Amino acid sequence: MIGIFDDPRIATGAVSKDAPLLQVEHLTMRFGGLLAINDVSFSAAKREITAIIGPNGAGKTTVFNCLTGFYKPTTGRLTLNREGTLFYLERMEDFRISQEAHVARTFQNIRLFPAMSVLENLVVAQHNALMRASAFTFAGLFGLKRYRTAERDAVERARYWLERINLVDRADWNAGNLPYGDQRRLEIARAMCTDPVLLCLDEPAAGLNPRESLELNELLRFIRDEHGIGVLLIEHDMSVVMEISDHVIVLDYGRKIADGAPEAVRSDPTVIKAYLGEEEDEELPPEIAADLEKKTGGEA
Amino acid sequence: MEYFVQQLINGVTLGSIYGLIAIGYTMVYGIIGMINFAHGDVFMIGAFIALISLLILGSLGLTFIPLALLIVLIVSMLMASVYGWTVERVAYRPLRGSFRLAPLISAIGMSIFLQNYVQIAQGARVKPIQPVVNGGIVVMESPSFIVTLSYMQILIVLTTLVLMAGFSYLIARTALGRQQRACEQDRRMASLLGINVDRTISLTFVMGAALAAVAGMMFVLYYGVIDFFIGFLAGVKAFTAAVLGGIGSMPGAMLGGLLIGLIETFWSAYFSIEYKDVAAFSILVLVLIFLPTGLLGKPEIEKV
Repeated sequence: MIGIFDDPRIATGAVSKDAPLLQVEHLTMRFGGLLAINDVSFSAAKREITAIIGPNGAGKTTVFNCLTGFYKPTTGRLTLNREGTLFYLERMEDFRISQEAHVARTFQNIRLFPAMSVLENLVVAQHNALMRASAFTFAGLFGLKRYRTAERDAVERARYWLERINLVDRADWNAGNLPYGDQRRLEIARAMCTDPVLLCLDEPAAGLNPRESLELNELLRFIRDEHGIGVLLIEHDMSVVMEISDHVIVLDYGRKIADGAPEAVRSDPTVIKAYLGEEEDEELPPEIAADLEKKTGGEA
Repeated sequence: MEYFVQQLINGVTLGSIYGLIAIGYTMVYGIIGMINFAHGDVFMIGAFIALISLLILGSLGLTFIPLALLIVLIVSMLMASVYGWTVERVAYRPLRGSFRLAPLISAIGMSIFLQNYVQIAQGARVKPIQPVVNGGIVVMESPSFIVTLSYMQILIVLTTLVLMAGFSYLIARTALGRQQRACEQDRRMASLLGINVDRTISLTFVMGAALAAVAGMMFVLYYGVIDFFIGFLAGVKAFTAAVLGGIGSMPGAMLGGLLIGLIETFWSAYFSIEYKDVAAFSILVLVLIFLPTGLLGKPEIEKV
């Protein structure tokens, strides 16, 4: 029962603890005449890496943009379950999605704060806790103890992630001066500093060399296993996808064409067709062949 | 020599006032990439609030000057902050995401509105005030000329130094300052990290307005007369100062304010006082031609 004073973006109680972390239902996004996402439904679970793959222009990044509040979906429901509280992401402003629902994301083209130091990039991601502790800056100005403790905690957490991504000795560098691979990992670390329950990564392996790619796999596994959060991953690098994901969703032309374990998806004929195109002499799957037979009525 | 030292003192005082206003321009430009054309009028309103609250305190019989000045300072900062917040709320926020010229025009409208509002509410005549802080120190003496450093000048420069140090600390060290710098660099990413960008922009306007109110209070105490139109010229000059120092840079705004104050004072002292504004604005033209990013501004790197 929803009372008139309840926040319509949030529902509490009556949620089973094992409901999926993220439930996307009938998501459709239309830009004028272009149907970017057409009735896509899927779910993502805690402690799992869910990969979204598909050819260019399939609508993968658009799904992320809907999830993080950059686009308002044309129709559909995006439900995030954070410890039994449901957040309807499609109704929330973008900064609240991070602040309250704790969804974090990274970008295909890196978006660090280039003129801030590596450490500051990680601390600024924790500013909500800091702002509360500093009583919106007044206490911070006078250096009150509670604020200093909060600030120390923030730096401590930043240090933890810097150790994870091997950047402790470059904490004072300007983020913009880091090598490309380090910037990628710093961006993931910064997203983790917002304390997310769902981490959305847009092509984290793009432009990485094989060794960096392996380090990335390592980092993502660590995040999944040690922090127990859900990871949503857009990736073109199949070695990364097949290696680390628990669950793969395939989009093509804005539709979901496959959904399942990596091995199953890899051998799915519709997926192969979407990626490679149809081969003339390839044998059609039996049910499609039968269907075709029926329609053409043996004219051929 | 004595004459020169006296002009130096006057120039630094005037420069401090310009610097305080210029910080407001530079902070707003830094965060939303637009000039707040109503900022000069917030300065003017700050001056009026200071004048009015000083008169009220006087009529209440508060004769202890330092306490009276402190109360006036706080009152004018608070009330001008409300004006700054309103300017953002009315003239900028509804037009966010619209084309770039739209908020510019609405800010000019806001500026005209504030001027006319004060003109109607307070009258168009100049408002004089008795000097509140009297006396000074004789720094140098020669038979023909006495160099004095008035207490008022000391108060202005000291207040400016304290406020600038405080605000620099706030920007560099506190969570709020970090948040502002994050919004400056990438507003959308900042909001994805859970930063309330709208509130951060509002706070930036509020901070600028509070500093402008201090400048307004100093102006009314120093010159002793104000009218509804002082915001225009002071605003444009502070804007020049911000551009000279490199718009978007806080130390640049302080340096620019100081330089404009000195140039104006020395020009009036050694050349002709009628052309002092010409001197200040010629500097703007020269800077824009030869040093478009200003003294301390960072050149914008175009990514291809």
